Amino acid sequence: MYRAARLRSWREPLGFLLKATDKIGVKCYKTSSALNSSAGEHVANGDILYKQEHLQLRQSLRKIIDQEINPYVDDWEARGQFPAHKVFKTLGSAGFLGVNKPTEYGGLGLDFSYSVAVAEELGHINCGGVPMAIGVQTDMATPALATFGSDKMKRTFLVPTIAGDMVACLGVSEVGSGSDVANIQTKAVRKGDDYVINGGKMWITSGCQANWMCLLANTSDRSPHQNKSLFCLPMDAKGITIAKKIDKMGMRSSDTAQIFFEDVKIPADHIIGEEGAGFTYQMIQFQLERLWGTAAALLPMDKLIAETSEYTRQRKAFGQPILNNQVVHFTLAELQTEVEALRSMLYRAVGLYIEGNDVTKMASMCKLKAGRLSRQVTDSCLQFWGGMGFTNEVLVSRFYRDFRLLSIGAGADEVMLSIICKYMNILPQASGKKK
Amino acid sequence: MSALRVLVGCKRVIDYAVKVRVKPDKTGVVTDGVKHSMNPFDEIAMEEAIRMKEKKLASEIIVVSCGPSQCQETLRTALAMGGDRAIHVQVEGKEYEGLQPFHVSKIFAKIAQEEKVDLVVLGKQAIDDDCNQTGQMTAAILDWPQATFASKVEIDSGSLKVTREIDGGLENIKVKLPAVVTTDLRLNEPRYATLPNIMKAKKKPLTVKKPSDYAVDISPRQEVLSVEDPPVREAGQKVESVEQLVQKLRDAGLVA
Repeated sequence: MYRAARLRSWREPLGFLLKATDKIGVKCYKTSSALNSSAGEHVANGDILYKQEHLQLRQSLRKIIDQEINPYVDDWEARGQFPAHKVFKTLGSAGFLGVNKPTEYGGLGLDFSYSVAVAEELGHINCGGVPMAIGVQTDMATPALATFGSDKMKRTFLVPTIAGDMVACLGVSEVGSGSDVANIQTKAVRKGDDYVINGGKMWITSGCQANWMCLLANTSDRSPHQNKSLFCLPMDAKGITIAKKIDKMGMRSSDTAQIFFEDVKIPADHIIGEEGAGFTYQMIQFQLERLWGTAAALLPMDKLIAETSEYTRQRKAFGQPILNNQVVHFTLAELQTEVEALRSMLYRAVGLYIEGNDVTKMASMCKLKAGRLSRQVTDSCLQFWGGMGFTNEVLVSRFYRDFRLLSIGAGADEVMLSIICKYMNILPQASGKKK
Repeated sequence: MSALRVLVGCKRVIDYAVKVRVKPDKTGVVTDGVKHSMNPFDEIAMEEAIRMKEKKLASEIIVVSCGPSQCQETLRTALAMGGDRAIHVQVEGKEYEGLQPFHVSKIFAKIAQEEKVDLVVLGKQAIDDDCNQTGQMTAAILDWPQATFASKVEIDSGSLKVTREIDGGLENIKVKLPAVVTTDLRLNEPRYATLPNIMKAKKKPLTVKKPSDYAVDISPRQEVLSVEDPPVREAGQKVESVEQLVQKLRDAGLVA
């Protein structure tokens, strides 16, 4: 069955390209024989990972995006902030914020492939900032709490986060340590029934609007990989100062904060899981974050390639459509091929992860490739848009700015390369300061 | 009067956002590889039925779609919105191309009788062929009252008070149940299928039938000779003054 489908796409390279621009449309791309077998169910969707429910989910989410999000994105971009509480309530009510979270806390208890389907469809949003903030809420600030947190903490923080009544942020990076997580300086010191927190966090997505933070802080003087703990920190606690909303070149509709803690007291039971296990929890959390980020980058790239094809088909220079230049249509074909290759790697990594494998290496590869490729796609497409591409009136320039972050945030490209090297056993021991 | 059994029609149509293209052989429009979704007017019909059920005015919602196997996706969406069970009347390929409101209304009427429904709610028209016939024909075949282009529906012990959108404004009518209602754009705003309900819809019953199961002959009553693109609009001209406009019209022989 898979063979037959593959052969079809070989014979129809052009149709394949067109269809790839609209993944929902791909499901129509099937033979009636494929419909009737269980293996064919995947083929019918045009994708190996998604079944009928995934596609229904994406269709419903697309409708919300078309009606409740995309019409307002330009305004949010201009204002430098989107109304997270309002948008999250809409998504939470429809069940999109707790896809793979346990059902007893309001989630749906589905496997991670459904989260990936949500992430991929969120790429339909016409900016990078809003999907990023949603990702922080669903797959970056909450996995550790959902897996290792106490019942009380889950009821206090996870339930309202899944419902969309609370906005979550993740407090890991600091002024002196971003990708180098082990080196954070913020301290949480146990005093009686409380922890007292001092220090500060940097680059905090949704930090200006969040109700709580999943905070990583040092809780002892042991080695850097064993001295950290994760906490649920209510953002209205005394001693928290939101120092500034950082002015960024992209991701403008998502607010990014610098935050200081001065003798912030929280009850000791606000710790997530075991004391000292924070670094490990965070590393697990990062795996999902990387896969999620890759998924969310796919549709924008599809969309930019399709929009660029359309624009260059209509725009004429030297007596013919720009698209007719071989350098243009070949480049677009090459880029779409790369996007599909990345999509395939992501689906494979997700498939392995769902079966319980450690996919740190592949997740890091996905993230690395997503960062690199999104820069390549936005830059190449922008070039073909010419002067228009340099204006703020087109999507390509917005994603050119927004996607630059992909190679920096959630572990820079270089950090991904180090991780991959480690797994390939080619990382020089001496240079590793992490030992 | 006990709670109503409601039948809702859900047609699978080319998505409203898709730019429709005529097939090169002019026999119809391109549907292969094109995004489809539920006819928006049918979504409104679904929403109205669900609201009745939420108010305990309806007891069961049966959703029906006639067409190729992909219609089951549309039916799953309807079940995810809040339908109780679905009937897919399978019509494929060439036969589906010839399927017209005349046939579909006969099928709906038969199902309405078999399922002992009290109310049929349909979209006023489908956005693909814009026929605006199925509701009226279904009512005629059943010999039930019809309330078309509804913008407000109230159930009032054994009858419906319906506000209709007509050219001159709004018309209020009262029809006895059982009845056929077709929905206009402003009746309600359809809900999104939530993810929990999408998952639940998977387990709801969906029966596959054929037109012959309802003894309906679907041989076409009309033949499509050719489907053409609308004529391309020519570029207009701007005129500076009324005199110039009149002159232009006179030159074109449109005014004396």
